[in-house]
Amino acid sequence: MNWLADFFGDAAHWSGPDGIPVRLLEHLEFSAAAFLVAALIAVPLGLLIGHTGRGALLVVVAANAARALPTLGLLVLVVLLAGVGTVLPVLIPLIVLAVPPILVNTYEGVRGVDADLRDAAYGMGLRGRQVLFQTLTPVALPLILLGLRLAAIQVVSTATVAAFVGLGGLGRFIIDGLATKTYADVIGGAVLVAALALAVQFAFVLLDRVVVSPGVRQVR
Amino acid sequence: MITFEDVTKRYRDGTVAVDDLSMEVPTGAITVFVGPSGCGKTTSLRMINRMIDATSGRITLDGQDVREIDPATLRRGIGYVIQQAGLFPHRKIVDNVATVPYLLGWNKKKARARAMELLELVGLDPGLARRYPFQLSGGQQQRVGVARALAADPPVLLMDEPFSAVDPIVRASLQDELLRLQSELRKTIVFVTHDIDEAVKLGDTVAVLRVGGRLAQMAGPATLLTEPADDFVREFLGRDRGIRRLSFISAKEVRLSPAPSDLETDENGGPLGWRTADGLAAYGTFNPETDSLRVALDAALLSPNGTAVAVDEEGRVRGVAGRDAIDELLAEYAPPAAGPARGGASGSGGGSSSGAGDSEGAPA
Ligand SMILES: Nc1ncnc2c1ncn2[C@@H]1O[C@H](COP(=O)(O)OP(=O)(O)OP(=O)(O)O)[C@@H](O)[C@H]1O
Ligand SMILES: [Mg+2]
Repeated sequence: MNWLADFFGDAAHWSGPDGIPVRLLEHLEFSAAAFLVAALIAVPLGLLIGHTGRGALLVVVAANAARALPTLGLLVLVVLLAGVGTVLPVLIPLIVLAVPPILVNTYEGVRGVDADLRDAAYGMGLRGRQVLFQTLTPVALPLILLGLRLAAIQVVSTATVAAFVGLGGLGRFIIDGLATKTYADVIGGAVLVAALALAVQFAFVLLDRVVVSPGVRQVR
Repeated sequence: MITFEDVTKRYRDGTVAVDDLSMEVPTGAITVFVGPSGCGKTTSLRMINRMIDATSGRITLDGQDVREIDPATLRRGIGYVIQQAGLFPHRKIVDNVATVPYLLGWNKKKARARAMELLELVGLDPGLARRYPFQLSGGQQQRVGVARALAADPPVLLMDEPFSAVDPIVRASLQDELLRLQSELRKTIVFVTHDIDEAVKLGDTVAVLRVGGRLAQMAGPATLLTEPADDFVREFLGRDRGIRRLSFISAKEVRLSPAPSDLETDENGGPLGWRTADGLAAYGTFNPETDSLRVALDAALLSPNGTAVAVDEEGRVRGVAGRDAIDELLAEYAPPAAGPARGGASGSGGGSSSGAGDSEGAPA
């Protein structure tokens, strides 16, 4: 508790280039960038594979690779390849981390839509694309959002690794704190990351309320 | 008019679901495809709106080969109702019904107004319009399914076992509702069922299919019951064909006699019962204007003296018909003497029809 008071009570921690606001913003920037790129890749891909049934193998591979891939190892690898000093070494592992949960859940969501419903949609005269966007997507939305939420939380938590390669973000408090044995900073940084993950979780709950049709939410 | 010309459907695994089917589906009437499970009813139906494409042969709609029409455009012009209703769970009832109007580019207001009209037409409370499908009972969902199929006023309606997932009472009311709607709308309806009673009740024409998608017989329900083409059809029609056939003969022509004095009536002229030494006895009524001969016979059988009481719409006694009067009409509508199936199942035990005529002596 003392450590927390030390960390958050210190006025110096609230301003300047290594203060909490700046670090938080940096953290959000990496996370948001990685998350958006991952979503832009994985959502359309998941929808397409789920809709056409072609490329399902890719989803299986992605799902398994996600479990096997060490984020930190990948980070080091990308640093070796791309060099230090750019954001790329941080973004790539985060994107790789975020793609599988989005891809898998989007795919499963679309695949899982009742075959009779899909059939009825075509039977009413919807075209392929209309079936995808007017029927499959809205019905699969709870799962799609679940995938996005899992990915966002992982990204926010894992973005701390940016500090390993000399970039900013909340990871700085943890890495630097460990190096200088300033445990108040380590704990303060960890608490901030956890709080951010909770905030993301909460944001998605709100989003779910707004965008998912009550008719679908009840069916789950 | 819809015609099938030598239509065959062979699935990729080699299953021949429909084999060289040729028939004409009359316009403005209900044609029922009936037959045992797997005989190709659904396949035949779905080839009409190109949910399945025929392997060979052609299906025409008002003279045009359906294969020449873009599938989505074709389907927007044909109502389609399936067994589980298949409503869109994420859309309110009103928007479900307005699906095709939206696809056709109607503006939202007009489409919704039309949807509200249809909900009323199929007998649903307009208050349900704002609900989601999961908030409706199975029977209500089926009605919505029918409303949705009718929304853009298509001339043709395809229905694939639309009422088979609801309980018998709801099913009967949905059937009655469909007949009432049809008497107003006069759509060309193709209705698939495996329930022969439903087929006979709803069909103006009934097409009996046998496994392998071959047409066994196509006829009006009364003809089907009296003159099944072969053992398969006779077997499929089941018991009581003779009695069931009476449903298709109007009781209008039953000769009525004045009500005898032992029929007690109330102050409005409605029947109370037959006066006997032990008090009032049971009676049965029929309305000659609207009921069938089957109802009249039933009414006669319900009275101890074998006399049916004829009533009008208000339930007032109009006269009585004794069994002799009913018998006269029965004789008039006796099946043709040389028909292939003048025999029946009666008394043969077990209920499986032992036919007479051309099949007599054939091994069971
Ligand atoms: N996609 C398919 N691939 C292969 N065979 C199929 C396919 N769909 C149906 N069949 C087969 O074609 C035959 C006819 O099927 P269909 O669904 O038309 O029957 P049905 O008369 O509607 O039966 P039911 O009363 O059980 O609904 C069956 O033997 C069925 O197994
Ligand atoms: Mg079927």
